[in-house]
Amino acid sequence: MIAVYFLLAISLVGIVFFATTGHKTDTGKINVWINSASLIATVWMAINVLNEGTILSANKVFLIDPFNVYLIVLTAFIGLTTSIFSSPYMAHERELGKLTDARLRMYYSMYQGFMLAMYLVLTTNNLGVMWVAMEGATLATVLLVSLYRTPESIEAAWKYFILCGVGIAQALFGTILLYYAAEQIGIGEDALLWSELYIHASHLNPEILEIAFVFLLIGYGTKIGLVPLHNWLPDAHSEGPTPMSAVLSGLLLNDALYAVVRNKMLVDGATHSNMAGLMMMSFGLLSFLVGALFLHRQTDIKRLFSYSSIEHMGMMTFAFGIGGALATFAALLHMTVHSLTKSAIFVTVGHAAQVAGTQKIDKIRGLIKTQPKIGWGLLIGTVSIAGFPPFGVFTSEFLVLVATMHSYPWLALLLLLGIGIAFAGLFRNIHPMVYGAKPEGQNPVKANLWPVMIHLGLVLWLGLAIPDFLANWFSEATRLIAGSAPL
Amino acid sequence: MTIENQDFYSQAILSMAALVGLMSFLMLGQGRLLRLIFIFAVQGFLLTATTALAAYSLNNPHLYISAFLTFVLKVLFIPWMLKSQVIQMNLHRDLEALKNNTLVMLGGASLMVFSYYVLHPIVQTSSAVMLNALAVSLSVVLLGMLLMISHRQAVAHVVGFMSIENGLFFAAIVSTQGMPMVVELGVAFDVLVAAVLFGIFFFHIRTSIDSLDVDQLNRLHEVDK
Amino acid sequence: MNWIIAIIQTLLFVALAPLLAGWLKWCKCRLQNRRAPSLFQPYKDLIKLSSKQPVVAEHASWIFTRSPYIIFSAMVLAASVVPFIAVDLPTSASADVIVLVGLFGFARFFLALAGLDIGTAFGGMGSSREMTVSSLAEPAMLMAVFTLSMAASTTNLSVAITHVLEQDLVLRPSFVFALLALILVAVAETGRIPIDNPTTHLELTMIHEAMILEYSGRHLALIELASQLKLMLYGVLIANIFFPWGIAESFTPEALGYGLLAILGKLALLAIILGISETVVAKMRLFRVQEYLSFAYLLGLLGMLSHIILEASR
Repeated sequence: MIAVYFLLAISLVGIVFFATTGHKTDTGKINVWINSASLIATVWMAINVLNEGTILSANKVFLIDPFNVYLIVLTAFIGLTTSIFSSPYMAHERELGKLTDARLRMYYSMYQGFMLAMYLVLTTNNLGVMWVAMEGATLATVLLVSLYRTPESIEAAWKYFILCGVGIAQALFGTILLYYAAEQIGIGEDALLWSELYIHASHLNPEILEIAFVFLLIGYGTKIGLVPLHNWLPDAHSEGPTPMSAVLSGLLLNDALYAVVRNKMLVDGATHSNMAGLMMMSFGLLSFLVGALFLHRQTDIKRLFSYSSIEHMGMMTFAFGIGGALATFAALLHMTVHSLTKSAIFVTVGHAAQVAGTQKIDKIRGLIKTQPKIGWGLLIGTVSIAGFPPFGVFTSEFLVLVATMHSYPWLALLLLLGIGIAFAGLFRNIHPMVYGAKPEGQNPVKANLWPVMIHLGLVLWLGLAIPDFLANWFSEATRLIAGSAPL
Repeated sequence: MTIENQDFYSQAILSMAALVGLMSFLMLGQGRLLRLIFIFAVQGFLLTATTALAAYSLNNPHLYISAFLTFVLKVLFIPWMLKSQVIQMNLHRDLEALKNNTLVMLGGASLMVFSYYVLHPIVQTSSAVMLNALAVSLSVVLLGMLLMISHRQAVAHVVGFMSIENGLFFAAIVSTQGMPMVVELGVAFDVLVAAVLFGIFFFHIRTSIDSLDVDQLNRLHEVDK
Repeated sequence: MNWIIAIIQTLLFVALAPLLAGWLKWCKCRLQNRRAPSLFQPYKDLIKLSSKQPVVAEHASWIFTRSPYIIFSAMVLAASVVPFIAVDLPTSASADVIVLVGLFGFARFFLALAGLDIGTAFGGMGSSREMTVSSLAEPAMLMAVFTLSMAASTTNLSVAITHVLEQDLVLRPSFVFALLALILVAVAETGRIPIDNPTTHLELTMIHEAMILEYSGRHLALIELASQLKLMLYGVLIANIFFPWGIAESFTPEALGYGLLAILGKLALLAIILGISETVVAKMRLFRVQEYLSFAYLLGLLGMLSHIILEASR
């Protein structure tokens, strides 16, 4: 339990430290160290949970179980690798004069603020605090989206702020309804604690919970980027600094989905119908198909990959909606591999944009000739995210397909179609960027590609063989969510 | 159960619900920014009164803190901030021409009906007072959204955003006698930060497009042209 | 016996109306840092006017000369049916809200005719404006009144007041809306700021004063008294419907005395509120009046809706 306090304290110290000291040359490195400390704390936490099972803190404020601890570790890991990437990247942007010291000070401080909000979303046992932290994550990142202060970035940030703010208000209404339902059965003061609600789930009024879930799904769904609530996502990803795109795609979307799944567990316990699952499936499938189709119409490289994020989040939501051990296992695995791959891709995309000096797809050409590492990184990342074997995305997508074949055979056709469309959409854009002739005046940039290699290496590993401890871990989480384990 | 048989607290809650809903409708049809902000402040004041009433009737002292926070944030700070922005931008003499005002009002009325429809299943397990209070707060939330859709000024959007927050707060107070303290403080903190961020944003939007008309924020498209 | 009380009540009503006008004027003067005229100035004005010979225009028909009497009688009739200090008087059988609205409409009709009769520009303008305002105000007033009637299941004022009295303090959302609507209508109908300014005479914006510009002498005195009665009627309606506590339910001297004190206190308070609002609010343009009155109508409608939705039995 100490690990949780430690983890939250580290980020809090990080916020205050960066805010007070201002930007120096080694601030980026300090950020890396702070994130490493967080990662150590989370690993410590994970070991505790794996050994002792679910941990509930003394006053029931924090709840760590196999489901969230794996997301916590993933969050800390991606937070760390992104900070490794962001250090030279932001320094380069500073040299180009796009950013000032004051803005970098805010950037690093809010980077930790975002991490704190994410950790709080994941660790808290209180659904109200979860909402507060989710909103806090929006507030922390909204000024980072407009970091470059261009009219486009301000527009993107405004959209992000308004849409997510309004959207997440619906989630609060859902939370209030949940609290109301819980008060009716007299849980009293603890009526917002997830652990208490979960115990009493079968007594909760199903009608109220169904209504509450609609609001919760719409609210947190805005953050997941579910169609038709996704409009903010491509804008925020394309106009913000690239490290922000990496953490938004890799962490924020996951954690919003985590919030939905947590609430779904309560609703399922109360209603004994698959209403919540069906809603998630339809939203998920819609997002998946729309995201895949929009891949074909993009001219901005970061927008391209943000639509890919929508597509994959749609698939995860769909898989969680199917429920059952296999689909849930697949969704958890997909969450992991997607986060790893997508943040790796955004890292390479960031460097590719720096190489070409633009984010326009038609202007980025011949990356392999200019800087082979970036070119190959982008190519392998895309191969991985498109679901080619032997990468982990293939494994998880395959499992989702199998689960779908099992429960809803006709929908498997739509899924296959979507995967095909997405594949075509990605490659028609990526191919000329990676191959092709090198344009005039395109020079290599200083880049740290270790995060990309580590991420893609892990995804490859997960595709070839899932290590035992990880498989157990996922099984535990699956047992928690779906009630039975696949293995 | 007719209203005569309800206790005084329920009657007061119903009246407050009616007034809070009325304020949302007034905001919806309001083209002048200063008046819009004033109505918003009145709505905040009604919320404060409701909270204080709940604190007194239910003997729940922590609600006094919420009432105080609401008063400071939604009656004083946010209206003051918005008002100074409007005066600074010299927008207070502008009358925003609302497109399809009648249509918007009708839309607002149908949203109210829709909220009743959505929440109707609740009535089986709880009192009619609760249904009314929740339906009114949901319609305040939805009317806030409609306000944001129908107005073009960024200031009006912020008012809409904050009135959504008002609706949620009202729901929390009447249905559950307030959320746990830590959540309320958290929400209040979020609102405060959001208000400050909006202030910063006004500055940025103004320097980038020299106006607070969000219709001019139209550079980003779903698919690039 | 009861009839005597009813007659006394009506006489008292008529006698006190100028006092209310005087008190209102006094409050406004104090609020605006002016020296106030005596509280009894309206009486002095009325006496002075009635002792003068009326000057009638050459082309005036009988409508012009008879109208003041008709208007005044209509108002006195209205004053006799409205429960003032006691309920359950014999006159209260006809104390129906629809009758009341009808009496107001009757008086207004003759006032507008009289304004047109002379053929001067101002009179016609005033009449047309008055009819415009009233055609918008009347539905709003009826909406507000019907809300009340639905709650009490009657259109009889006296019964409705008894109904409200019988319950303990009940806070009804519909009454809040109806009260607001009725206040807005009362302000419009009695020609107060922001609809009309009763203190100016030579402005192009005037409504009520424009119609009675040609009147003088005792005719003017009657019309003035009638409009003071109208102000008081609205005041009594608002005070007794929404805050009926204190009104005499039996005919003992104590109850009646207490009822008189109560209504005087309520009216004095209402006058202060009106005085404050007239001091802080500016008169609105004539073209904005329909907006104002449609808002009053909306409030009345909302009152009725909230009665049906919020207060319905389930």
